[in-house]
Amino acid sequence: MGIRFILMVNKQGQTRLAQYYEYLTLEERRTLEGEIVRKCLARNEQQCSFVEHRTYKIVYRRYASLFFLVGVDNEENELAILEFIHLLVETMDRHFGNVCELDIMFHLEKAHFMLEEMVMNGCIVETSKNNILAPIQLMDKAS
Amino acid sequence: MSGNGGPSLMDSLFQRTLEDLIKGIRLHLPGAGQSSFISKSLDEIRREIKSTDLQTKSTAVQKLTYLHSLHGVDMSWAAFHAVELTSSPLFIYKKTGYLAASLSFRPSTDVLLLLTNQLRKDLSSTNQHEVSLALECLSVICTPDLARDLTPDIFTLLTCGKMFIRKKSIACLLMIFGQYPDAVRVCFKRLVENLESSDNAQTLAATVGVFCELASKEPRSYLPLAPEFYRILVESRNNWVLIKVLKIFMHLAKLEPRLAKKVVEPICDHMKRSEAKSLVFECVRTIVSSFYEYEFAVKLAVAKIREFLLDSDLNLRYLGLQGLLLVAPSHLWAVLENKEVVIKSLSDVDQNIKLEALRLVMSMVSDNNVVEICRVLIGYALKSDPEFCNEILRSMLSTCSRNVYEIIIDFDWYVSLLGEMARIPHCQNGEEIEYQLIDIGMRVKDVRPELVRVGRDLLIDPALLGNPFIHRILSAAAWVSGEYVQFSRKPFEIMEALLQPRTNLLPPSIRSVYIHSMFKVLSFCLHSFLLPEKGVNTSLSNFDDIEPGFTYSESEQEFTEPDHATRSSTFQKSDTFMLESIDNVLTQLITSLTPLADNHDVEIQERVRNVLGLAQLAQQEISCHHDLKEKMVDKVNLKTSIIINIINDALLEDFGPIPFSAQERVPIPDGLVLEENLSKLDSICADVRLPKSESFCLIKPVLLPTDGDSNSNQQNEEESGTAVESTSLLAEHRKRHGLFYLPSNDKKIASSSFPPANDPNQRDNDVEDLVKLTEESLVLKRKPNLSRPRPVVVKLDEGDRHPITVKKTDENEDLISGAVRDVLLGTEASLHSNISSSRRKGKSHSKVNMENSETGNSSKRRSKHRDHGKNVEDRDENSEKGKKKSVGRHKARRRADGDGVVVVQKPIIPDFLL
Repeated sequence: MGIRFILMVNKQGQTRLAQYYEYLTLEERRTLEGEIVRKCLARNEQQCSFVEHRTYKIVYRRYASLFFLVGVDNEENELAILEFIHLLVETMDRHFGNVCELDIMFHLEKAHFMLEEMVMNGCIVETSKNNILAPIQLMDKAS
Repeated sequence: MSGNGGPSLMDSLFQRTLEDLIKGIRLHLPGAGQSSFISKSLDEIRREIKSTDLQTKSTAVQKLTYLHSLHGVDMSWAAFHAVELTSSPLFIYKKTGYLAASLSFRPSTDVLLLLTNQLRKDLSSTNQHEVSLALECLSVICTPDLARDLTPDIFTLLTCGKMFIRKKSIACLLMIFGQYPDAVRVCFKRLVENLESSDNAQTLAATVGVFCELASKEPRSYLPLAPEFYRILVESRNNWVLIKVLKIFMHLAKLEPRLAKKVVEPICDHMKRSEAKSLVFECVRTIVSSFYEYEFAVKLAVAKIREFLLDSDLNLRYLGLQGLLLVAPSHLWAVLENKEVVIKSLSDVDQNIKLEALRLVMSMVSDNNVVEICRVLIGYALKSDPEFCNEILRSMLSTCSRNVYEIIIDFDWYVSLLGEMARIPHCQNGEEIEYQLIDIGMRVKDVRPELVRVGRDLLIDPALLGNPFIHRILSAAAWVSGEYVQFSRKPFEIMEALLQPRTNLLPPSIRSVYIHSMFKVLSFCLHSFLLPEKGVNTSLSNFDDIEPGFTYSESEQEFTEPDHATRSSTFQKSDTFMLESIDNVLTQLITSLTPLADNHDVEIQERVRNVLGLAQLAQQEISCHHDLKEKMVDKVNLKTSIIINIINDALLEDFGPIPFSAQERVPIPDGLVLEENLSKLDSICADVRLPKSESFCLIKPVLLPTDGDSNSNQQNEEESGTAVESTSLLAEHRKRHGLFYLPSNDKKIASSSFPPANDPNQRDNDVEDLVKLTEESLVLKRKPNLSRPRPVVVKLDEGDRHPITVKKTDENEDLISGAVRDVLLGTEASLHSNISSSRRKGKSHSKVNMENSETGNSSKRRSKHRDHGKNVEDRDENSEKGKKKSVGRHKARRRADGDGVVVVQKPIIPDFLL
């Protein structure tokens, strides 16, 4: 499984979105998130975006006040994941218009929806922004 | 309080929305305020969720999902409500229900069964978005039962005309296969068809993704599909897809070397042409890990790595270092070409980059340059933060000790390096250094004088006692100084060091090592005093003139003497001085140890009493003769002398490493039946419990609890020391079982001009320095002028501590395929346990047959739209069959495994690409 989890975390270390592609108990999730956030948020701009943690490799990137952290297994291509993060942010940008932490907080369902369009089972299945956003736009129109 | 009452109209009317909830949480500061707000909201949710009004219920589930996913609130109790929502005809509620399910359900959730029907209904819905919801949810929460029940529905969707649906059902397959392997037989063909239909890019990404995952687990089954992957590699312009295909080839190439010839060219093309760094890096990684035999490809890859290394982007630099690390085993020149960058990276701000650089530097180490590299690294360790400093020390220790110190030629240098490491302020590798100091002492005889010198330097430094991290090292130093005290220039000095007051900072286990070492030093001093060897001591003058840093010639000279002579030859004193100093030592010993005689730690107490007993006896007798300074001729007849003689004989025996299997090699004597009668014996002496080998129980494995050999040595050693009676037993034992101890090696000593191990003047550590030295030692392969050959290192043929094999690239193939097989067997076993195997077996047999007969059809069907290949057709048909066969066989093996019978079948690898 390529991608094993996706986290969005703000500067204070609060999780704003968490999507796991393997089953972990609530307790395991909380510990894992705590460890990762501590490790990654302590790093500065002059340090690279890859961190090894337990059996995961964490590829992360900071956009404004939000950290996007993706846990992948060791075989995954780090740069591709960075591109994936960028694509995710661009897609959200297009939908929300300059996406910020609050957008994701108040539209968590939509954010999950976008992720579901892009990733299934830890595999990236869709990379076209139009395709990703099509169902959401339909939904918005309907409601 | 809230759980019982049903939701009132008021609740529905004035229900907090999700937005209200989020705002509320934001208003409260994290901590008590927030959590009480959350629990208040939970109470509301519990009430609202029971509402018959779907709007109210949906909002409640929405809020609960939010709390669950971001605030870790348990929502397993609400699983049923989520299922209820999924059955709503309104898409918006259905969506909420499915999201809640996919975020919170676990394999054990009991309402999962209730969801099966709803999922089936939605999977066959005409609304593609409903189908998509169901697929997404299924891909997360799938269980073996769900997978079994829904496989037919997924099978139908695999040919769905809407790409939106088809790609999701393909991605979902991976989960289905994982949960319910029998689904492979049903769906695999359609999956392959999706791989072959090159017309739509949308499904291709999903299909390749699934194959990449499958191939990473068990590549062999997918070899027959190589032509399809090759076509994608050449034709596809989608970088995501290409990366996955490259990964598949990385796995396949290990099984089928002939693939490489065909694939290397297109990979190099991508590497040259592509703008996308991710793709370029994937090409590099594929080449250097799977196609490293192709010189031109590796050259190109290394050139790309160099571009990465010189890039301003940190991420690329990090990956460049990783790439180098992958090349290093097969093409060390690549590392050497980039060594400036590597060494510069050692002082990078980023910890991760530093670590990679360190790994690379260690990969460059050989017996020619280990001295220089370690010198530079020690310099870096002193400058670095504690964490990295220890990382450096750790890798130095493990590299140098690999394969029984394979790369170490100059052990004197290495031992003093170990001593130096102990003095690095952040050093936390005490355990490993301790192990190596003792291990080297036992294995390498020639190094013992230097070892004792290093030990002495560590022991006499009172500052070191304050650092708990190096207590273990001090323990080794104490043991070494006691065990090899005959090489010491000043045994009294060691005694003083062992007695210094700050030793009370040591933990009891280490203190007892100290005390036992005192015992050895004392008995050595007494022995040399009372029973001096005649004839050897003429050449040396009063040893007080000799500095600790002295020349090596003497110790070497001593070394050529037989062992018992060595014992005393270093210790040259005029009798009068000896008498005074012996007296002093005894007094000092008795004064400082007497308070310890009542120590609470039995270990310390017992040993102290042993030492005191000997010391008091000696003091008595020696002071009796104090007046008769000149008449010491009768020394030999003193009681002390007799005892000392016995003790010394016991201590004299050299302990070598013992292989773990030594015990097994003891033949069982004729007529001894080991297993008989023991049960009876147990019942007979049920109440007369014999204290089983108490002497062993009492003596804790002080020095090296992790290590078998030295431990037993240590114990033997201690026994012999503490109990004089046991000496004869030990000697007896030795005589009888001498063959199980390693023969002590004959000592061959070469010239004595030994360079000082660590010249303080050479301690500057410039980058250029290391660059230059690696250049010298690696590029020119110039052997340093060795002033002496490598000393004998006692090695055991088996059972040594780290049986580390240096991973050579040619071994990689075996290792990895072996591992893959293991993983496969492992996962299959677990998968199998989920399925009631015996019943299904008969069924699946017939299924395989059916499939095989179907293969013909499918390839015919395909031939309609696949006529662009020149003569691909025939080969393709073969490959199709081959693949089916191998899949069938794969299944067969699976079943066989389940029954515990492994059917070994030779893989048939068709010649597709040649």
